[in-house]
Amino acid sequence: MASTRQSYVGEAFSTVSGDDRQGISLEDGSRIAVVGGGPAGSFFSYFLLKMARTIDLDVAVDIFDPRSFSNCGPAGCNHCGGIVSETLIQILAAEGINLPRSVVQRGIESYVVHMDVGSVAIESLSGEMRIAALYRGNGPREGGESSWESFDGYLQNMTTDMGAKVVRQLITGVDWRDGYPWLQFADHSETRYDLLAVASGVNSNFINMLDGSPATVKPPRTTRTFVCEFKSSQAELMEILGNAVHVFLLAIPRLEFAAIIPKGDFATVVMVGEDLDQELVHEFLNDPVVRACFPTDTTPCVCSCAPLINLKARSRPYGDRLVMIGDSGVTRLYKDGIGAAFRTAKAAASTAVFQGISEQAFESRFWPACRRISNDNAIGAVMFASTGLFKRFRFLRRIMYSMAAREQQKANRKPHMSSMLWNMFTGSAPYTEILLDAMHPGFIGHFGWNLLNPIRTKVKQKKVELKKAE
Amino acid sequence: MGKGALGTVFKDGEFIIRQGEQGNCMYVVQRGKVEVRQHGDGGEQHLAYLKPGDFFGEMAVFEKEARSASVKAVGESLVLKVDKKTLLRRITEDPLLAVNLLQVMSHRIRDLNELMAHYQSGSE
Repeated sequence: MASTRQSYVGEAFSTVSGDDRQGISLEDGSRIAVVGGGPAGSFFSYFLLKMARTIDLDVAVDIFDPRSFSNCGPAGCNHCGGIVSETLIQILAAEGINLPRSVVQRGIESYVVHMDVGSVAIESLSGEMRIAALYRGNGPREGGESSWESFDGYLQNMTTDMGAKVVRQLITGVDWRDGYPWLQFADHSETRYDLLAVASGVNSNFINMLDGSPATVKPPRTTRTFVCEFKSSQAELMEILGNAVHVFLLAIPRLEFAAIIPKGDFATVVMVGEDLDQELVHEFLNDPVVRACFPTDTTPCVCSCAPLINLKARSRPYGDRLVMIGDSGVTRLYKDGIGAAFRTAKAAASTAVFQGISEQAFESRFWPACRRISNDNAIGAVMFASTGLFKRFRFLRRIMYSMAAREQQKANRKPHMSSMLWNMFTGSAPYTEILLDAMHPGFIGHFGWNLLNPIRTKVKQKKVELKKAE
Repeated sequence: MGKGALGTVFKDGEFIIRQGEQGNCMYVVQRGKVEVRQHGDGGEQHLAYLKPGDFFGEMAVFEKEARSASVKAVGESLVLKVDKKTLLRRITEDPLLAVNLLQVMSHRIRDLNELMAHYQSGSE
């Protein structure tokens, strides 16, 4: 019964896609190499195989990743804060992908914004735990016998269930002959593929092997982040941090923002900024606001890394028989990297199956999805610059704090500031939507009212003093 | 349900949606079991049990009608809410997302047709 239904869908798609394919396309027996077995590579493989099945297209997918996500520490890790946004959780559920309890370390129900003027907890706008804190790999060093499952490992298993093959072989080079990518290996063997999907992120050497490829090989602009795991007990972390991600808006130069994410017996500290170094990390961890929230004297740091993140998109992350997805191509600025990996991977997969694998096909169908993210990042850069103003001026932080705190106390109040902070820190909404919220007359009115509040108070005090003097 | 739970926990017998209410989201069962019941001329009728991975309330995403049936938890159940705005915005960017929903809805129409045919053949 199910297969009959699937073939109807397949026929419907093949009718639509047949004439639309531009130039070279995947055929029965085509081989696809996916370099990188993180979320971008796995989502791409999963959707490509799923869509190919609907049009009875028989293709083979090899995912190249030397890491095993069953290893603890850096050997099995993809170096990331490990938050899946509520938007992605919902979309995955609608796609039929429901993250099991073994993968989700903690469901997040609120974000606590810490500033020198005070801390305010912003509850989930939906009133539901829809943000997942998880480990990309099998957890930090000293994780011991873990009862959890790696997120990246879970996704990779999904793709192997669909028929993809994971190859733990190290690629030593890529050669382009007759327009085809040939992957070369340490044993001097090489294999020709019909399509090469690059999902190796920005922390891999593979990007440097793409000289001579049909895409722009100039790597994306990157910045260094700092991720550190502190070991404690689940009960203690629950008491200190609760089911909340703690974000910090502090006037520390070079620090864009930082967050502490509770996960099982560990708390992950993530810092994003410019030229992050040990001095900056030390300054952050010893800031009185951070120490009040998360004293690190008794909780040892057991695992840390300083991975690069993508700051600016490649201008053309595709070419004939080549597509770059996730961090390798375009990702969201500072937030929701896994969400961007999902979006670019699915767009690339649907292009390859229904439109073709030529540069022209990727340009017409895959690139618009990347451009939407890229354009939104430009707005995001403006939004982060404005949070820079808040970090710089204490009176602005006071306004932010008092508006958000008042909104959280009154259920019927329109949560302008809370909604903006929630979307900004969780990555739940596009930056464009956050900007539009900031231009909402209600927000501007409330902000103006709060801005003038100290002046009004002073005038009132002055009047009282004058009356007393009379 | 504790650690690692995403969504909202409903106790045994607790209503998740009620027939006649306005809705602006659909739901996906994460854990446990829920029952779909409909109140009609012949009283209240059991329509279906849904298991993890199944979704319900999707009609509210695509039309502005009131909920056509009630859904309540059978035992403790965990259910994730998917907002109409989030889903529709994503469908405009990626229409293929709707295919997954269409397949389930099409399956339900097929089941309904079979049920109707069964009743009609019984009444003849």
